[in-house]
Amino acid sequence: MSKGLYSTDKKNFDKTLNLKAIKPYGDTMNDGKTQLSFTLPVPDGEEAVEAAKQLMKKMGFDDPMIVYHKELTKGFTFFIAYGSCTHTVDYTAIHVPKVKSTTWSMEETDEFIKKNIGRKIRVIGATTGTDAHTVGIDAIMNMKGYAGHYGLERYKMFETLNMGSQVPNEEFVAKAIEFQADALLVSQTVTQKNIHIKNLTELVEILEAEGIRDKVILIAGGPRITHELAKELGYDAGFGANTYAEDVASYIAQELYRRIQEKNKNTGGKEE
Amino acid sequence: MSKLGLDFKKVKYARSLAKKIADDVQSFVDKRSTVSVERTICRLLGIDGIDENEVPLPNIVVDHIKEKGLLEQGAAFLLGNAVIETGLTPQEIAEKISKGDLDLSRVKVYSREKAEEALEPFVDDMIKRIQDNRRKRNEYLEKLGEGPQPYLYVIVATGNIYEDVVQAQAAARQGADIIAVIRTTGQSLLDYVPYGPTTEGFGGTMATQENFRIMRKALDEVGEEVGRYIRLVNYASGLCMPEIAAMGAMERLDVMLNDALYGILFRDINMKRTIIDQYFSRVINGFAGIIINTGEDNYLTTADAYEEAHTVLTSNFINEQLALIAGIPEEQMGLGHAFEMNPDLTNGFLYELAQAQMLREIFPKAPLKYMPPTKYMTGNIFKGHVQDALFNVVSIWTHQGIQLLGMLTEAIHTPFMSDRYLSIENARYIFNNLKDIGDEVEFKKDGIIQKRAQQVLDESIQLLEKMVQDGLFVSLSKGTFANIKRPIDGGKGLDGVFEKGKNYFNPFVKRMLEDERP
Ligand code: B12
Repeated sequence: MSKGLYSTDKKNFDKTLNLKAIKPYGDTMNDGKTQLSFTLPVPDGEEAVEAAKQLMKKMGFDDPMIVYHKELTKGFTFFIAYGSCTHTVDYTAIHVPKVKSTTWSMEETDEFIKKNIGRKIRVIGATTGTDAHTVGIDAIMNMKGYAGHYGLERYKMFETLNMGSQVPNEEFVAKAIEFQADALLVSQTVTQKNIHIKNLTELVEILEAEGIRDKVILIAGGPRITHELAKELGYDAGFGANTYAEDVASYIAQELYRRIQEKNKNTGGKEE
Repeated sequence: MSKLGLDFKKVKYARSLAKKIADDVQSFVDKRSTVSVERTICRLLGIDGIDENEVPLPNIVVDHIKEKGLLEQGAAFLLGNAVIETGLTPQEIAEKISKGDLDLSRVKVYSREKAEEALEPFVDDMIKRIQDNRRKRNEYLEKLGEGPQPYLYVIVATGNIYEDVVQAQAAARQGADIIAVIRTTGQSLLDYVPYGPTTEGFGGTMATQENFRIMRKALDEVGEEVGRYIRLVNYASGLCMPEIAAMGAMERLDVMLNDALYGILFRDINMKRTIIDQYFSRVINGFAGIIINTGEDNYLTTADAYEEAHTVLTSNFINEQLALIAGIPEEQMGLGHAFEMNPDLTNGFLYELAQAQMLREIFPKAPLKYMPPTKYMTGNIFKGHVQDALFNVVSIWTHQGIQLLGMLTEAIHTPFMSDRYLSIENARYIFNNLKDIGDEVEFKKDGIIQKRAQQVLDESIQLLEKMVQDGLFVSLSKGTFANIKRPIDGGKGLDGVFEKGKNYFNPFVKRMLEDERP
C-alpha cells in the first residue's frame, strides 16, 4: 500500500484561514488537497506515471500522487491523481460582473411595469443558429415555465413570441423588428468548438447593421453562458444555469425603466 | 408468461390500433415521392461525386429534373430513357447534365417498361452490392463472433473523422460493441449530403459516404484485433434520410437512426416530407440487414418521463407497424426508450424497471434501444456515475438489446476517451455481477412494478384509440408526442414533396422487399 496515502505526518503549514490567500481544502485548512483526472498520450508504465507527476508539479501541485493509472488504448493512459495545490487566490479582490437587478415575484414585476412603464413589454425569444435545444428558452418563456417558476407568457405585462429553435439570426432580427420587440432573448446550448460564440457575435453584427442594437435589450442565456461572457460579446446581460423567468422578467423591467428614465432626462421629458 | 401480469389480449388490440394508424399513413405515402427519394434512386443507380462547386451530382440531376418541371415522372423513368437514348451509364449521364451537355426534357420518351429494362443492370449491381455486404457481415459474425446483448453502444463525436477513428478503436478495445459516429449540428437540415472525408463538425461529425467507409475499415480492423465484430451506427433522420440509408447500405453500416418522428419533433422537418422519406429509407435498411433505431427516448427530454411514459410505448407500437410495412423484420427493430425519470422521484427505479420489462415482453424479438439518463444529468459527475449504474442494472435485469452507455459527463461535453472507458467499465461490472438477476427475481403480484406496467399499457391504448380517430399527422399537430406541436404544412422540406405521375416508378422498392436476403 502506498505510504503517501496513509501518512499522518502533515507538512508544517499555517492552518488559519486567510481570505487573501485561499487554497483547496481536503480535511485541514490550507492543505491544498486536490483531486483530478486526465489522460496522457503515452503508453502506461513507470515513465507514464513519472510524466504525470512532473506535469502535476508544473500545474502547481506538491506531493503529486498517482492513485490509479490505466492504459485506455494503445498509447493513451488515464490517471487519477491527488496533490497539494501551491497556488493561492485573493478572495477579497474577486469581482464577478453580475446582472444588476433585484429579482421580484411575477406579481411584483407585473405591478412595476403597469405603474412605471404603462404598457406591455414586448419580448421575442429563440434558440438561434443550428442549435436545436429548446428546453432552456421554453423554461424562461413558456406559460408552464420550469421547476414551478412560471414563464414570461404567464405574466400580464409581457407580450411574448417564442420562435423555437434553429432560427437563423437574420430571420430572428427581421421578426424582432416586425414584432417591435423591446427585448431579445437568445438561447445557446451547443458550445462545441465555440460555435455559440460565432453565432452570438453574428447576431450582434446584424443588429448593428440594422441600426437597432441600442434600441433593444439584448440577452443571452444557456448552461455555458455567463454575464461576463455575454457582456464581452456585446450583450446587455447573460444568464446561466438555474435561471428562472423571475430573474429575467425583473431584469428586463428594471432595465427598460432605467432606459426610459435616461431618455427622459436627455430629452427634458419630451418625446423626441 | 408475463412477469408483470400483462394482458396480452390488450397488447394485441394495441397492435391492431397501431396498424390502422400506420396503414393510413402508408396510403398517403404510396402516392407520393420527394426530391430526396429521387436523389436516393440516383445514388443507388451509381451516381456519385460532386461538381466544381461541390454540389453532389444526385442533387444536380434532381434539381435539373425539377427545373424542367418533370419531377412527377421520377428520376428513374427519365434516366432510363436517357440510358436507352445515349447508351451511357447513369453516372455518365449525370456528368453530362452537370456540364450542361444533356437536357433530360429533350430525351426521346420510351415506355415505362423499356425504361425499367434499361436500368435493370444498374439495379442488379446495387442489389448485389448490398447482398454482398450482408454476406460479409455474416462472415464476420461467424468468424469473429459478437459481444452478448445488451450490446455496449458508445458515441464518438470529435468532428474530425480521423480523430473519431482513434476514439472508436479505443472504445472497441475497451469493450464497446457498437460505435455511433454522431452527426454535426445542423446536418439534418441540409438538403444534400456533403462529400468526401471531413474534419470539421460541431458536437458531431458529418455523415458522408467517405466517412462511413473510413470508419467501417477502422472498425473491421479493430474487430479482427479484439475478436469481435464491431457494429457501426449513423443517423439518417433529416432531409436526406433515404440517401443516408442508401450510403449506409453501400458501406455496410449495421445500425441506422431512422425515425421521421424525431426529425419532425426535434428538428422541425415537415412531417409529410419525412414520412415519405422514411418509407424508402426503411425499405433500404430492411433489405441491407441494418437495425433501425427509433427516437422515442427523446420525447422524455421535453415531456415528463413519468407522466408521458405511455407516449413512448404508443410511438413504439406505431413505429413497429410502419417498419413492418417497409419490410423490416422484428430482429431489426431497435425501438427506443429511456431511463429519464427525475432522480428525486420516490421509487423511480421501480417504475423504470417496470417499463423496461414491459417493453421487453411486448416486443420480445426487438433489439430494444435503451437510452441512459441525460436530462437529469448535471455537473455532479459523481452522482451521474451512480445514475448510470442504476440504468445499467435495469438493462441487464430486463434483457435490453442495445445499451446506449451513459456518460458521467453528459451535462458537460461530448465524451472524452476516459469518460467512455469509465462508462464501459461501469456497464461491464454490473452486467457481469448481475448477469442472471432477471431469471432469478420475480415481481410481487399487484405490486408497484406490475401495476405501473399495466397502467402504462392502458394509457397507451387510450392514446392509440384517440390517434386512430385523428390520424398521425393531426395527432402530431396537437402535440401528442414530446409536448411539441408541429403544423402539418410547417417545418422544413415540404417543397420537396410531389405526387407521382403516371410514368413514375422506383426500381428498388419491389426488389428490396422481395429479393433474397442472404
Ligand atoms: C435535452 C437534450 C437534447 C434534446 C433537446 C430537445 C429540445 N427540444 O430541447 C435533443 C435530444 C434533441 C438533443 C440533441 C442534441 N444535443 Co443535446 N442535450 C440535451 C440535454 C440532455 C439536456 C439539455 C436540457 O434540456 N437542459 C435543461 C434546461 C432547462 O437547462 P438549460 O438549457 O441549461 O436552460 C437553463 C439555463 O441555461 C437558462 N437558459 C437557457 N437558455 C436561456 C436563454 C435565455 C434568454 C435566458 C435568460 C436563460 C436561458 O435557463 C434555463 C432554466 O434554468 C443535454 C445534457 C444535459 N444534461 O445538460 C444535452 C447536450 C446539451 N446536448 C448536446 C449535443 C452535442 C447535442 C447534439 C448536437 C447531438 C448531435 N450531434 O446530434 C444534438 C443537437 C443538434 C442540434 N442541431 O442542436 C451536448 C452539448 C455539448 C456542448 N457543450 O456543446 C450536451 C451537453 C450532451 C453531451 N454531453 O453531449 N439534446
